[in-house]
Amino acid sequence: MPSLADLTELIVFVLLAAGVVVGSLGVVLLPNIVYSAFLLGGVFLSVAGLYLLLNASFIAAAQVLIYVGAVNVLILFAIMLVNKREPLADAPGLGLRRLLSSGVCAGLLWLLLRVAYTTPWATPGPTPLGEDAVVRLGEHFFTDYLLPFELASVLLLMAMIGAIVLARRDVFASDIGTGEEADQGLIEKARTPLLIEKSRP
Amino acid sequence: MTLPSLSDLTPVPLEAFLTVAALLFCIGVWGLINSRNAVRVLMSIELMLNGVNINLMAFSSHLDGQEIRGQVYAIFVITVAAAEAAVGLAILLSLYRNRETVDMERFNLLRW
Repeated sequence: MPSLADLTELIVFVLLAAGVVVGSLGVVLLPNIVYSAFLLGGVFLSVAGLYLLLNASFIAAAQVLIYVGAVNVLILFAIMLVNKREPLADAPGLGLRRLLSSGVCAGLLWLLLRVAYTTPWATPGPTPLGEDAVVRLGEHFFTDYLLPFELASVLLLMAMIGAIVLARRDVFASDIGTGEEADQGLIEKARTPLLIEKSRP
Repeated sequence: MTLPSLSDLTPVPLEAFLTVAALLFCIGVWGLINSRNAVRVLMSIELMLNGVNINLMAFSSHLDGQEIRGQVYAIFVITVAAAEAAVGLAILLSLYRNRETVDMERFNLLRW
């Protein structure tokens, strides 16, 4: 009979895994995208719980801060900004595509599970570090992973500038599409979309 | 093949985490292919990245407990995912301004 701590760990794992799987199914399948976004937050929190079970408290905290705090809020903002209810026109071959992709995903799942269950993993490995993991992470970042660490900061800066450039509307003195004087104000104003005529058949 | 007993499952084995990660990844792939809404496509990408991260963390804890290189990689994945989310949503916003739709079937300018 396993000890009480092990049993608790197993029960918590089962609950978190069920939360992850059911939540992600909800994200993909629910018709209302706002429910999907909130369920996505639930999935991120459950994944953070799994990280806690895997002796990684720092990554769990980073997961909550970055995914739940930043990415999920960003997705909610995007839903708010593109909030238009439109009836989706039927596309040809959608049912066939759904069937084929379900087959591909089931095959991929079978492959991944087969790899996971037939490989003789070298468990148990070394004893996990526990709370000293943060110290070891810091050592890694400032010795053997210094270059990727610095590159990550450059990547984040580039992503920030790129997002601003892409999402801001008028950065040119004159509009490159129409040639008229561009409005440099920060508030969104109504304007005819450039490609809307071409998209209508 | 016999069912594992309760004492085999404690502490939680590596395969259990890999199973959850595989399920999460496959659900993400399915959503990526089948979603009509562009925001949902971005959410599916986040699901896939989280599945990969669970894999990295599971290996880091079970096979590499002293050096924890898996956690280092997980941090880099989280960084890239944050950058991807910001740029992806900016592209989505720009697309929405020019097409006035988020339907993936109607982003067909480069399709033959």
